[in-house]
Amino acid sequence: MYKILVREELVPGIHLFKMEAPAVAAKAQAGQFVVVRIDEKGERIPLTIADWDKDEGTVTIVFMEVGATTARLALLKQGDAIADFVGPLGVPAEIENYGTVVCVAGGVGAAPVAPVARALKNAGNKIITILGARSKDLLFWEDVLGSTSDQMIVTTDDGSYGRKGVVTGPLKELLESGEKIDRVVAIGPVVMMKFCSLTTAPSGVRTIVSLNPIMVDGTGMCGCCRVSIGGETKFACVDGPDFDGHKVDWELLAARQRIYIDEEKCAYEEWRKSHAA
Amino acid sequence: MAKLNLNRVEMPRQDPGARGKNFNEVALGYSLEQAREEAGRCIQCKKLNCVAGCPVEVDIPGFIQAIRDGDMPEAVRILKSKNALPGICGRVCPQESQCEATCSLAKKDAPIAIGRLERFVADWERANMTQAASSPPARPEPSGKKVAVVGSGPAGLTAAADLARLGYGVTIFEALHVAGGVLMYGIPEFRLPKDIVQAEVEFVASLGARIELDSVVGKLATLDEILANGYDAVFLGTGAGLPMFLNIDGENLNGIYSANEFLTRVNLMKAYKFPEYDTPVKIGKKVAVVGGGNVAMDSARCALRLGADDVYIIYRRSEVELPARREEVENAQEEGIQFKLLTNPKQFLGNDQNWVIGAECYEMELGEPDDSGRRRPVVKKGSEFVIDVDEVIVALGTRPNPLIASTTVGLETTKYGTVVADEETGKTVKDRVWAGGDIVTGSATVISAMGAGKRAAASIDEYLRG
Repeated sequence: MYKILVREELVPGIHLFKMEAPAVAAKAQAGQFVVVRIDEKGERIPLTIADWDKDEGTVTIVFMEVGATTARLALLKQGDAIADFVGPLGVPAEIENYGTVVCVAGGVGAAPVAPVARALKNAGNKIITILGARSKDLLFWEDVLGSTSDQMIVTTDDGSYGRKGVVTGPLKELLESGEKIDRVVAIGPVVMMKFCSLTTAPSGVRTIVSLNPIMVDGTGMCGCCRVSIGGETKFACVDGPDFDGHKVDWELLAARQRIYIDEEKCAYEEWRKSHAA
Repeated sequence: MAKLNLNRVEMPRQDPGARGKNFNEVALGYSLEQAREEAGRCIQCKKLNCVAGCPVEVDIPGFIQAIRDGDMPEAVRILKSKNALPGICGRVCPQESQCEATCSLAKKDAPIAIGRLERFVADWERANMTQAASSPPARPEPSGKKVAVVGSGPAGLTAAADLARLGYGVTIFEALHVAGGVLMYGIPEFRLPKDIVQAEVEFVASLGARIELDSVVGKLATLDEILANGYDAVFLGTGAGLPMFLNIDGENLNGIYSANEFLTRVNLMKAYKFPEYDTPVKIGKKVAVVGGGNVAMDSARCALRLGADDVYIIYRRSEVELPARREEVENAQEEGIQFKLLTNPKQFLGNDQNWVIGAECYEMELGEPDDSGRRRPVVKKGSEFVIDVDEVIVALGTRPNPLIASTTVGLETTKYGTVVADEETGKTVKDRVWAGGDIVTGSATVISAMGAGKRAAASIDEYLRG
């Protein structure tokens, strides 16, 4: 069992758990993920590692309540424990001194971007961060990302905070500003990563995205998470989760994320009913 | 000399109509009377051909004699002294090509039903012996040496059991959330009930083996770190967990599963109980399973039990070449699985929502024998036709997961990703590392993996004694 040492609702519907997981903490690197299972009847879901502390033996995850499993997870309290916390899985993010890196975080993507931005900053890069959310009350970790950024741009879709609009606006301006951009890292919803990749495609700036297809084991065993990269099938769990955004077949990824949409709705409804009762 | 009794005692099975709708075990096992009657047919010949046919060298005439004498605790003792997993082996070993093939009565077409008797002994123990009575004999003096076993499938469990019995401190590292490997995620409940697997895992633990779940070696500690951190030797039994695909157009459509994924969802995650269990699985009305091995039969029979109207096995050779056990093919046929033989997919067709709607296939014919000795399937030109399906399960076999080989210095692997190891001892070219089971052979049987685990344990013991 893995104990929840700290829990915090960052913004409505987005939760942070700091977990007791010393073995995972000892090995974690930026860009990796864990597979979480709540209990005996739970499903295995992948969550990107948002932070870790080797000395403390803790690993932090951030998740958004989107279905039955994340809703059940959100109900757990400090001191509760979950059955499984497997990791660190996946290939770590490539970290080198590239020069200037734009880190784009969309919504809950702020959490997985944070350790990547920090590692890139420590490697000597200039970091420009674009943090986007639907509105001000869904925005979190402006301070965390700000602490590793040389420049910070915040957008909200409704204009309730920062610039009004989506993240691709400032991204396009940066690319056209004349400043040399050496790399872009974009993590967030599929549609956001897709449009960031489309935005950088004309300039050819290398754009790394972190894909989040459905997984079961997370170790290369089932092939549920297969994605198409430059026409070649890859398993996101062991070949990724980071890939070249210009080569991703986004339609396939979006379609495969919808495989269980009916079951997910059914499970969420069931859960809501039983929870209300 | 007494007259030979050539009437094998049949084992009762669930009716095909009923069992196609539930996940309960198909075979129901012998009663004590049936077991004693079957055991009574053994002529106790001195040749011990049956023992020679058993990869883990069970004293077969010995435990059969004990059944005949009605001394069940003795039968249990004899069986479990060589085989830590008899309930599993009695169900899934291909006895027809091993101990029963070499039985002296096999010549008369009536070998002793050794597998059914083995199963009976294991089931009798679980039903009748208390923990104390069935607990293993006193452990030997600890040797002070430690062995790490990576993977808790049949190879790892067997190696761990033998090493623990020899007094080594054994730790099993398992990547998944339960121990048992393919016995848990691959083989379905109706062929191998999961509580039986867990009972035998607990037996191995009771011998002194410690089991670390959720431990992905290569991601947590690497093999080299394990060796540097107090373990004197390592046995690698991580199996062949990487699914193979056809690499044809349309294979990433929604509704197309690897057999590994489909079976993992159904067996390990218990998707057949969704939404009581959280993991879902899709079940189409028309399901095509590509492949002809045991895994294909398991997948097809699971799909049928989950409510598919039509389930097809698509196999490129003919019935005689089907690699599955005869018994499993017959079970599948009885339950209504439809065999599309000499058929091979060319591509999968999808709708605008990326869901599979058809399998375009070639008709095949058999040509000259290939490297495997089987006649090579050849495409009949212009024979393409479409089978309407809304789900496909690809069961073409598996290869070893590259995770450990790729994170370990000095392991030798083949172009198929298998680890090179001595056939007799399981010793790899890397110092203090042994390997056995599917990671060495590619996908094979439970018992051959157990045999490899046993031989490696003996070799590790010899090495550690110095």
